[in-house]
Amino acid sequence: MPAFKRYFRNSSAVMGLVLLVAVVLLALSADFLFPRNPLSLAGRPLQWPMANPRFWLGTDNMGRDIAAQIFYGARISLLIGVVATSLAIAVGILVGAVAGYYGGLVDEVLMRITDAFQTLPNFLLLLLLIAVFGSRIEMVVIAIGVVSWPAPARLTRAEFMTLRNREFVEAARLSGLSDTRLIFGEILPNALPPVIVYASVVMATSILLESSLAFLNLSDPNVPSWGNLVGLGRSVLRSEWYVSAIPGFAILLTVLAVSLVGQGLNDALNPRLDEQ
Amino acid sequence: MQLLSFALRRLAISLPSLLIILVGVFGLLQLAPGDTVDALLAQMGGGDAKMIETLRQHYGVDTPAWIQLADYLVRLVHLDLGYSAIYGKPVADVIFERLPVTLLLMASSLTLASLGGVVLGVIASRYVHRWQDTLISTLGMLFYATPAFWLGLMAVVIFSIKLGWLPAGGFEEIGVEYSAWGRAADIAYHMVLPTITLSLIFLATYLRIMRASMLEVSTLDFVRTARAKGVDETSIVTRHILRNALLPLVTLIGLHAGTMLGGAVVVESVFTLPGLGRLAYESVVQRDLNTLLGIVFISALLVILVNFAVDLIYARLDPRIRGKGN
Repeated sequence: MPAFKRYFRNSSAVMGLVLLVAVVLLALSADFLFPRNPLSLAGRPLQWPMANPRFWLGTDNMGRDIAAQIFYGARISLLIGVVATSLAIAVGILVGAVAGYYGGLVDEVLMRITDAFQTLPNFLLLLLLIAVFGSRIEMVVIAIGVVSWPAPARLTRAEFMTLRNREFVEAARLSGLSDTRLIFGEILPNALPPVIVYASVVMATSILLESSLAFLNLSDPNVPSWGNLVGLGRSVLRSEWYVSAIPGFAILLTVLAVSLVGQGLNDALNPRLDEQ
Repeated sequence: MQLLSFALRRLAISLPSLLIILVGVFGLLQLAPGDTVDALLAQMGGGDAKMIETLRQHYGVDTPAWIQLADYLVRLVHLDLGYSAIYGKPVADVIFERLPVTLLLMASSLTLASLGGVVLGVIASRYVHRWQDTLISTLGMLFYATPAFWLGLMAVVIFSIKLGWLPAGGFEEIGVEYSAWGRAADIAYHMVLPTITLSLIFLATYLRIMRASMLEVSTLDFVRTARAKGVDETSIVTRHILRNALLPLVTLIGLHAGTMLGGAVVVESVFTLPGLGRLAYESVVQRDLNTLLGIVFISALLVILVNFAVDLIYARLDPRIRGKGN
């Protein structure tokens, strides 16, 4: 059975895809449904959801429309997810490929650096980077990418180490291909599937990292991030708990969607374990 | 003896990483806008040029960066982490005041996550593809996707604000005289929500790994042999499958030590716990770079020690691994 068909026979994978498409639709329709700036004053603050037909998810403590922030927030979360993940995967593949292909001293040096990144708690390094370079959204995205590359690097390295002495690589090497061609043209395409599946884990973590930063008031305050709104709602938690509850639930659903799709891809590509 | 030399070899490998971290973070902090003196001045509301000069000399921030780094590393060997201008005392004192709270939070969360993960993972694997498995696996996915800070806030809304069962924050009741046991009970009472909040995401990962690993091990030949010998099912599960299935979990716990410390930053902030994570957050906000560097050092050390312990446990569980270290 082809992987594609196997994916669509898995109900949780399909549910994940549906959720993910829904989040993408939120992000795309934001301009159309809410043409005004989502961070501008929209009405009386702290109106409960459904209390006013104009604000069906209510307003926050600063009188901004929560629904509009949810729609625009989907953009930020997806942007963070996609850009930070691409960055982390690209760096991870480069480091892992070079270390795994060449081995020896190069491998040793690169792996000690990877170790260093893995020994220092992720979130702590993220705090340091934000403290030094500021919390503009571009910086936040880059910083999340910078703290997330070690795991993909290790994964790529392990794949390269098992592949580098295989016959097809030897054959290509004997035919005189350069190292660069061998790494990117011959080995990488074969090493890629597990790394791509792992990208979903990196994406889920990236979204969670950004929202944690935003919750702590350390992310960009000028973008409508879901985490910012959860943090803002904290001061009115006692009575108007919905201000925090709604955006947090949006984060949950998005991360859930990404994880379900990732797991579905994994099961579709490696059917071995599931059929016992 | 063989076990000890294996563990020591593993510990030696982590030294270069520690050095890379210290040099890297020190370099990074040189790029930070403003130094300790600027932060102090901001707190005092400014000062004249003469005083600024004296302060810079006093804190040694007027010398070249590499000399400062060399000084710092030499002092580290003597376990001197420097002085926090913001807290007005040695960084080591500031950190060690906060460390117990974080260690307690991490230990209790790790215990809950691994016990819960093992029990649920084993149940799910025994009832694979039946409703028990579906329920546990779905819960696992939900826990994995839930942001810890949001879970904490919602738990506060339900259990502290609406039901009034548990405290919304703090490490212990302030201004109440307790006996030693009373104080311990009070702290435990305050740690219930933070522990659950920090542990659920790890519990989700552990139960998934345990389920997969139990399923994988139960197809191996020695399990079939045990079954053919007539060993009863309970001891097949506990003594044959579980013991072997635990190995990947143990590895994961080591890998997660750092992640858990990062999670503590958020959880301590939600529940206003006076721990290392909160201190890290406060130092970032207050630009207390000396304290931040100290926290980086202590956290890295903590992660290395946890991994060291994990290596020992691993080698005990699986004698084959000791040979590989050579």
